[in-house]
Amino acid sequence: MTELVLDVRDLVVRRDDLVAVRGVSLQVRAGQRVGVVGESGAGKSLTALAIMGLLQPGWRAEGQVLHDGVDLTKISDKAFSSRRGRTLSMVFQDPLSALNPTQRIGAQITGVLRRHTRVSRDEARRQALDLLVQMRLPRPEQMLRAYPHELSGGQRQRVMIAIALACYPQLIIADEPTTALDVTVQKQVLRLLDGAVKERGCALLMITHDLPVVAAMCDYVLVMYGGRVVEEGPVATVFRTPRHPYTKGLLESQPTLDNIGLDGTGRLPSIRGSVPPLHAMPSGCAFRTRCDRADGRCETVPVLEGTESRAACWHPVSVATPAGAR
Amino acid sequence: MLVFLARRFAFFVLALVVSSVLIFSLIRIAGGNVAAVMLGKGASPQAIDELMAELGLDRPLPVQYFDWVAGMLRGDLGTSFRTGEPVTDLLVDRLPVSVPLALAGLALALLVAVPVGTYAATKAGTPTGAFVATLSQVGIAIPVFWAGVLLSLFFGVKLGWLPTGGWTPWTVSVTGAIRSLVLPMVALGMVMAATLTRYTRTAVLDVMNEDYVRTARASGMTKRAALFRVGVRNASLPLVTVVGLLAAELIGGTVIIEEVFSLPGLARMILSAVSAREVIVVQSTVMVIVAFVLVVNLVVDILYGVLDPRVRVTR
Repeated sequence: MTELVLDVRDLVVRRDDLVAVRGVSLQVRAGQRVGVVGESGAGKSLTALAIMGLLQPGWRAEGQVLHDGVDLTKISDKAFSSRRGRTLSMVFQDPLSALNPTQRIGAQITGVLRRHTRVSRDEARRQALDLLVQMRLPRPEQMLRAYPHELSGGQRQRVMIAIALACYPQLIIADEPTTALDVTVQKQVLRLLDGAVKERGCALLMITHDLPVVAAMCDYVLVMYGGRVVEEGPVATVFRTPRHPYTKGLLESQPTLDNIGLDGTGRLPSIRGSVPPLHAMPSGCAFRTRCDRADGRCETVPVLEGTESRAACWHPVSVATPAGAR
Repeated sequence: MLVFLARRFAFFVLALVVSSVLIFSLIRIAGGNVAAVMLGKGASPQAIDELMAELGLDRPLPVQYFDWVAGMLRGDLGTSFRTGEPVTDLLVDRLPVSVPLALAGLALALLVAVPVGTYAATKAGTPTGAFVATLSQVGIAIPVFWAGVLLSLFFGVKLGWLPTGGWTPWTVSVTGAIRSLVLPMVALGMVMAATLTRYTRTAVLDVMNEDYVRTARASGMTKRAALFRVGVRNASLPLVTVVGLLAAELIGGTVIIEEVFSLPGLARMILSAVSAREVIVVQSTVMVIVAFVLVVNLVVDILYGVLDPRVRVTR
């Protein structure tokens, strides 16, 4: 087994009495690509921010986040800062607001290089140029001198990825990296991210609500609901034979050419109800209020069980039932 | 950038023209007659008319206006009707009082407000932060004249450290001049600092909540570095605007504080000129002040363009 680059144990993220992440454990091995999926409010982004130590004031993380031999929840801001952007980095959702509007692109990329490596100004500039070329940005020389507002959304996201990749991190956390982009641009950006991550051999933790993205880019997937991991396993196993009713529902509510009904007759299946607000999350299995299989047992929290893939459910979907059958 | 500068400058010139027309008309609408004031109560209407003609005040208004503007363009601000002194000389006497007072007040305000406001922003949501915010709120509510009177009572009357008012010209004694400016400057500066502290706090807080600060942190900036290199720098944009707007308030504050500390500055000169209906003195002095405020705002806008690349394209 290859070495772990991230080992999160029993992560809890809370703001006073509001608990948004309720004991998440996840591992990422060197070079592995792990996807985290779930609806908004499942606690995906807070998990990512807690790992990076960048929670908003008021939010607190408990548990362990082991990375590169240290527990990130225990080290000082200075020690953590020397790792952010160097051994682990992050790509954020909205490229429109994630770049400093008053700083040139070049300076934003060389900034991270010069913060973490002892390169000269010229060398940093050369590396920044290389990164822009690698990210297939047009006219890279001019782009170094450009300001963020002069770039398109897709270009900005590629700059974000360049910043995240600059110091060859062991792990990149990408939080909905393409959600804010046009569909056509999404593909390009994902392909570039995919290629760059592969080439550098760095691991990827991809947070998204987009199941096809996970299917295309990840080896392993965790499905989150109500602040907990409800199912996890190799992507092929989980997507082919989902065992948690929530995973199954998510997969079935994906529009495909078969179920959208081009003649106007089809109805897209959906999970009934919506994610309850944080303060009204049901006890026990958080999904039970929306689940057809729920009974009295579901008032106790189920644990993750299974061999190839693991699901936290008292009444898992039988493996024999093919996905899609009701 | 050149287009931006040219546009901004054209706007500046236009603003100067419009304000000159406004100043010229307002004083005439306000009424009163310099000749009547000069000749006293018993003067015959005929004598008044003669003096008016002598002073050139019987000419059509457009002629008077263009005469005044042409004079200013040559650097001639006109002459006092009563004393025959050129307005330029009157100004040169007063500026060494008013200009250092206004600039030092503003500088003091910024020196206090930027660090305190930034500190308050980092402590937002804590008791310390609330204390600083409340303190600056109280500061905003204090009128300049009251602050002046209090300072004068404490440091001037009770402790006797500084003069309670009056003026020692720079030519007589530099330290004397500075001593007479300290209390008015502090009064003016502290009250403005309170307003600026609020703005700084809000501006820094706003910036620190921006996604790009999080990006900076995610790429390895420490909290401190992100606060100073990204937070304060980007917060300076809204602050620069506020300073531009405060320039006008600064002049108003100077007028009041000069009265409180009986300083022979621009303010007192205008007040006495208004009561004597010295049309040309009032009009030229007010024009100089307006031009000053406009220049400050021009500088502010150019600075804004330098600080924020987006402004150059959008305006």
